[in-house]
Amino acid sequence: MPSPRTTDGEVLRPGWGYASVTAKIAGLVLSRPVRWPWLAAFLATLAMTLVYLGAMTWLFIKGVGIWGINIPVGWGFAIANFVWWVGIGHAGTFISAVLLLLRQKWRTSINRFAEAMTLFAAGMAGLFPILHLGRPWFAYWLAPYPDHMNLWPQWRSPLVWDVFAIATYLIVSALFWYLGMLPDLATMRDRARTRGKQVAYGLLALGWRGEARHWARHETAYLLLAGLATPLVVSVHSVVAMDFAVGNTPGFHSTIFPPYFVAGALFSGFAMVLTIAIPLRRAFQLQDFITEVHLDHAAKVLLATGWIVAYGYLVENFMAFFSGDRFEIAMTVDRWTGFYAPVYWAMLACNVLLPQVLWWRAARRNTLLLFVLSIFINLGMWMERFMIVAQSTSHDFMPSSWGLFIPTRWDWIFLAGSIGMFAWLFLVFIWLLPAISISEMRELVKEERDEPRPPARGSSHRSVQHGGSDGRA
Amino acid sequence: MTQPPIPEAGARLERVIEVQRGAGVNRRQVLAAMAASMALANTACSPPPRLQAHPYVNLPEGGAGGQPMYYASAFVRDGFAHGVLVGSQEGRPIKIEGNPAHPSSLGATDIYAQASVLQLWDPDRSSVVRQRLAREGDARVAPQIASSTWSAFEAAWLECADALADPHGSATLRILTGPMTSPTERALLQTLLARGPRARWHVHAPLSDAAAADGAWMAFGRHVAQVAHFDRAQCVLALAADPFSDGPGAVRHAMDWSSARTAVRDGIAGARAPVLFAAEATPGLFGARADHRVALSPARIEGLLWRVAAHWMPELTPADVGLADPAAAAFESRLLAALREAGSSALVIGGAGLSAEAHALVLALNQRLGAIGRTLTLIEPPDAAPGAGTLADLVDALKAGTVDTLLVLGANPAYDAPAVFDMPHALQRAKLLVHAGLHVDETARLADWHLPLSHAYEQWGDARAHDGTATLLQPAITPLYDTRSAAELLALLAADPLRDGHALVQRQWRTGREADFEAFWRKSLRAGVVADSAAPPLEVQTARLPARLALPAESPSATLTALFVPDAATHGGAFANNGWLQELPRPFTKITWDNAALVSPATASRLGMSTGDVVRLQAGMRTLDVPVFVQAQQADDLLTLPLGGGRRHAGRVGDRVGFDASVLRPASAMTLAVTLQKTGRRHEFAVTQHEIDQHARELLRTVSVGTALAPEPKRDQLYPPFASPVHAWAMAIDLDACIGCNACTIACQAENNIPVVGKSQVAKGRAMHWIRVDRHDLEEIDNSGFQPVPCMHCEQAPCELVCPVGATVHDSEGLNVQVYNRCVGTRFCSNNCPYKVRRFNFLQYSDETTETLKAQRNPDVTVRERGVMEKCTYCVQRVARARQHAEREGRPLVDGDVVTACQSACPTRAIHFGDLNDTGSDVVHARTSPRHYAMLAELDTKPRTTYLARIKPDA
Amino acid sequence: MSAVFSPRAVLVVRLAVLAVLGLAVATVMLFVWRARAYEQLGEPIAQPIPFSHKHHVGDDGIDCRFCHTTVETQAHAGLPSTAICLGCHSQLFRDQALLAQLHQSAATGQPVAWQRVHVLPDFVYFNHSVHVAKGVACVECHGRVDQMPLEWRAWPLQMQWCLDCHRNPTTHLRPASQEFAMDAPLPDPVEAGALARAAHLESRRRMTDCSTCHR
Repeated sequence: MPSPRTTDGEVLRPGWGYASVTAKIAGLVLSRPVRWPWLAAFLATLAMTLVYLGAMTWLFIKGVGIWGINIPVGWGFAIANFVWWVGIGHAGTFISAVLLLLRQKWRTSINRFAEAMTLFAAGMAGLFPILHLGRPWFAYWLAPYPDHMNLWPQWRSPLVWDVFAIATYLIVSALFWYLGMLPDLATMRDRARTRGKQVAYGLLALGWRGEARHWARHETAYLLLAGLATPLVVSVHSVVAMDFAVGNTPGFHSTIFPPYFVAGALFSGFAMVLTIAIPLRRAFQLQDFITEVHLDHAAKVLLATGWIVAYGYLVENFMAFFSGDRFEIAMTVDRWTGFYAPVYWAMLACNVLLPQVLWWRAARRNTLLLFVLSIFINLGMWMERFMIVAQSTSHDFMPSSWGLFIPTRWDWIFLAGSIGMFAWLFLVFIWLLPAISISEMRELVKEERDEPRPPARGSSHRSVQHGGSDGRA
Repeated sequence: MTQPPIPEAGARLERVIEVQRGAGVNRRQVLAAMAASMALANTACSPPPRLQAHPYVNLPEGGAGGQPMYYASAFVRDGFAHGVLVGSQEGRPIKIEGNPAHPSSLGATDIYAQASVLQLWDPDRSSVVRQRLAREGDARVAPQIASSTWSAFEAAWLECADALADPHGSATLRILTGPMTSPTERALLQTLLARGPRARWHVHAPLSDAAAADGAWMAFGRHVAQVAHFDRAQCVLALAADPFSDGPGAVRHAMDWSSARTAVRDGIAGARAPVLFAAEATPGLFGARADHRVALSPARIEGLLWRVAAHWMPELTPADVGLADPAAAAFESRLLAALREAGSSALVIGGAGLSAEAHALVLALNQRLGAIGRTLTLIEPPDAAPGAGTLADLVDALKAGTVDTLLVLGANPAYDAPAVFDMPHALQRAKLLVHAGLHVDETARLADWHLPLSHAYEQWGDARAHDGTATLLQPAITPLYDTRSAAELLALLAADPLRDGHALVQRQWRTGREADFEAFWRKSLRAGVVADSAAPPLEVQTARLPARLALPAESPSATLTALFVPDAATHGGAFANNGWLQELPRPFTKITWDNAALVSPATASRLGMSTGDVVRLQAGMRTLDVPVFVQAQQADDLLTLPLGGGRRHAGRVGDRVGFDASVLRPASAMTLAVTLQKTGRRHEFAVTQHEIDQHARELLRTVSVGTALAPEPKRDQLYPPFASPVHAWAMAIDLDACIGCNACTIACQAENNIPVVGKSQVAKGRAMHWIRVDRHDLEEIDNSGFQPVPCMHCEQAPCELVCPVGATVHDSEGLNVQVYNRCVGTRFCSNNCPYKVRRFNFLQYSDETTETLKAQRNPDVTVRERGVMEKCTYCVQRVARARQHAEREGRPLVDGDVVTACQSACPTRAIHFGDLNDTGSDVVHARTSPRHYAMLAELDTKPRTTYLARIKPDA
Repeated sequence: MSAVFSPRAVLVVRLAVLAVLGLAVATVMLFVWRARAYEQLGEPIAQPIPFSHKHHVGDDGIDCRFCHTTVETQAHAGLPSTAICLGCHSQLFRDQALLAQLHQSAATGQPVAWQRVHVLPDFVYFNHSVHVAKGVACVECHGRVDQMPLEWRAWPLQMQWCLDCHRNPTTHLRPASQEFAMDAPLPDPVEAGALARAAHLESRRRMTDCSTCHR
């Protein structure tokens, strides 16, 4: 059993006790005065969200023609954004589920907001397939239900698989997130000073009283959900990848897509975790909870997944020529030299070249550099999605039908709008809910205390008892 | 499909809103409003409002509808009749088919005949008599226009009619018409002219080349019309001419040429087809099909003509013959050999841009070859106007102020007359200007009276075909507005006792046939043509040889020769307000909603211009800014200016589209020397095809005569082959027959309610044509190839696999059907279609508000709404109609029962359609050809639409 | 500190949760019921002239084709024109107030505005003549009009209802002689099978193709 004090540093700075940890994290929500930077960010993102909603209204009134899409490029930003957001939505579940099963202590302090991020990203992603429909009001036809037309979805279409994949993922990650939060909600309820907050958190806490039975059930359910969520991490983006792999268009039709998409998803997901974690720990002085060790680990994951993605690029280009398929070759050459070539090379720079600095420990521990890098990786991953979606179709089988996709202002508004709404939801989250798991942090504290005695999982509820009054009703 | 709210609930909300608009709003009202809006929201899922059914008061013959009725009639363009069958449903003409009995059609049509039905329903058509009250001197000031009535006009006309009829008076009448072949109209016009001693007739044919007429005069001392017989020719030489698109006989030329090639296409040993030689200045359909083609400026084409002619005319002097032209040497030697071999089976055609002398020489050469009477028939011009003046004469008279009353009938000189005449001002000089036409056009806006004319499909009438065959027009619908046919108007003007078009036409044709007139009338009306009424061949004496003009001095490098040609879609502006034609990609440039100045790549690079540059052309005092389009196949140092853009008063569609080349156009000639300088401005073209090179993908294949294409390797199938036991519909398109005339595209648009999307949408890549005609540069034959591309109806269709709602599926007869009402618009099917034949309604494209356009729609085809994918259906509605007809009669379908819209329009019969299970069918025969191949066969989509490779000319 | 929620409050919360669930179920039921309401089965529909099929068909025994003249030849059965009605009613009951509208229509040329009973969406291309040719009797879709004083809809006319027959037409066919009879019994299976073969209806596939009804 590895101690939290790992070889290359600690995941929780010493000197923290149950009470102080609890007070610190809960305080972020309950007793933190609203400061202007947060307020400014909140208002700005709220404005973007409203613009986004307005743009959607206009889209439903006019039709998808307000975007730059055309024949041959039937999908533009909408689907690129969709794939990008789904990818970002991966890290959370990976961190909380897979790392939990792997007993990785360092996940503790980041899993909560990572899961929130997952939820919101998946939500953003889930919107786009509906928005991009020509007749969105019939979106429900993709769901199987007995209707008076005796019609069912067309099961061979990957888009139908998508509906199930995304929906399952959303539900499971939401449950996982909420279940993990129950003890903390109880803590919030008990620490809340105003009646309103007590009632609100109380309702959400579902009457959690921290009894041993509660903890036992909680542990089991949490582990079960983790087990349930783990395959989803792989399945969701594999299915999304098949939206393309099943198609016959050069640039779509590639068997490596599922693994390559999953790796890309984790890549962009962890990048987003860093993009969020670094400002977060800075803004709320969480350096003691989210230490360099966390950033270091995340950076290593970035490096690893980054190389898998790079391998994907390599194989794509290799197979184009190895297969000898003239359409694939023409499409690939167009990627290198065609109208969208700048995007392609920029993408390679962001996703393959820049991450190599992470070989150096110093770079992995330099928060500013990590932050900038994570932004670039997010950018690069979006460009990758765009290249797959737009460039491939713009240059397929019939030269006479080749045509370019030029984004209109509406395309940009929808991209920016989804980012704004995502950020806004996240700000609301850290405003109302504990951004770091209190209960699990306290486990960390405990394990530091009674080292080297291995902690018995069942005894974890006792740690709560130490915590003072929390949980007693 | 959301239902409109139930009126009561709506009314209730109205009331509540009223209350709320009042000063104070109390709780109750707010609650009431909420309740009302709830109710309103609820109506979305309440039953649809009760619809009403309106039966006929008297059921018309032909029943309540559902079955199209076809009326033999004709569409009249530039005075000439193009025989058509007007297909109408529920009493609305909605689709035009060719009239197999008509010599100019033989069952096929051109784009204009197909688009004519939209012209009938054009919402901008003139519907009322208009009178100008106050008359300004300046044409630019919009005068006071008031709508009036026919009776008011008749009253006004009677006054000046008396003055005109007065033998001692001085009042003069001038009548300006377009080319006129209608016997009835000509007879009435004569009576009208006879009534006034000082009345004179002028003819204005904006697109006709005066030089051609002068040439005939030069050669034979009389006017003649040339009727070419491609089916009898062994060798055809076109000099600056495009017999496949110019003139009233174009469709017939293509048809004859195509049928003369059938034997060669079928690979019959020793079969001969007419060899086509094209010396053209600017790319044309004939040149693209020619076996041997050379691009030369008009002047050098004349040089070629003189050199060739010399071999049959020893009397020509070396001065006439001139020096050899290295650029054309190879072409010339081949040509001479072919002409010698063909002898009297040769045919030479001269076109716009040649001088009168050259035209005379062409006729003489034909005569020397012995072609006249064999491959070329000379007839009295059906539109001959003996004694009629030209536009120039009229303008002189106008300027001299000797014109009291000017009657413009079916012409628009204010727009299409060369600017030298300064028509807008000249017309103002007439004391009384009366205009009659389909639209309130540029001329109508200057007139004191504008009279709305009936459309060809609304009137009784007659006209002559290109070979003089008389054609009867019968109405397929009563006039939409209070309009008169030209004949009826002339009858009114001539104070004829008869006023009704039917009576007038009958009177015209009864003379000499009183005995069996009824039989004759029924027969002719049914057939659409008057039997054996073709003009008899003329006996001409030996042609006088012209003397060659001195060659023009070498022009400075900044000077180019401008060649004026009718626009390939708007036909000199007459069809400018026709959305289908404006949006039709021009055959070579694929430009829509525009006209462009074509230059060759060499000239462009010499002057440092590229496609989209706006240049200023100058000729004398006049200048014109035009966008340049660099076009291979164009002769060097030549600038092609399509006529028909820049309309000022065409209507909502045609106004200010492109530039008006007639600003520069000289009085009579079709060419002009212009200087050119760059303006630095750019112009965006809306082009439907950006890539002309096919990147060696063998989409459009060619074979040498007698050789077969390599058969596709047999591929193992993972899935069982697609079975269609009863019928298996398939289409085979013969690329050796296709001339790229676009008739199929417009026919499809008319048949299938395909919307017009406008320039900006086309520029975005959202054109909606279900059958597009791709053009490719074919290195192997150094020429253009055309390839119509409809839906391939793949048996293993990639589109069907990916549709999440099953909106595109196969039916049991092998049609890849698109179920609009199930489509949610993911567009995955289009991404997955290798042939990119699917079209998407990105916005609400179908016009749901304009009444007349609704009336044009085919009731058997769903009008697609926004957000729905659509594509070629093999005219599933025609398949269904044929099947249901057969099932009613309890007989099986036979080959030819189903004819798709594109197939029936095609002037070269390039499209074969039928049932693969019917071993005797035409399409099965086509698919057994050694030239047969499937496009992108390596994808193994098993397309039902396949192609027959184009045959390379033997070098 | 005291508990945030009293036991009573807890109960209320639990009940509230239950209520929400119940409401959700209720909404679903409501929509299902709404969908039924579309069908408007058996609701007599008021007409400008209270035309009674019961009288004309049931009592007088007039054949359907006498008024619906194009039912055997065209897509539309042919809603009888004013002239057809007047064929009899220029003599019979000509002075009845009921028929005033009819005479008015004949005089003015304005059609009688009947209320539609059977309506199909615009994207459905139904053809009467083919159904008649195949042996689908009028009663199959329009019900016993001879018992309808005012016309009403006998069947929902929804896609699944059409498909029921298109998937298994044999049990809905009648010999040509009985197609326009109101009370003719369905033939026995053997004869029905023979009819289906005669009408070339063995291939279910063709009849369930989308393109059979949608274009």
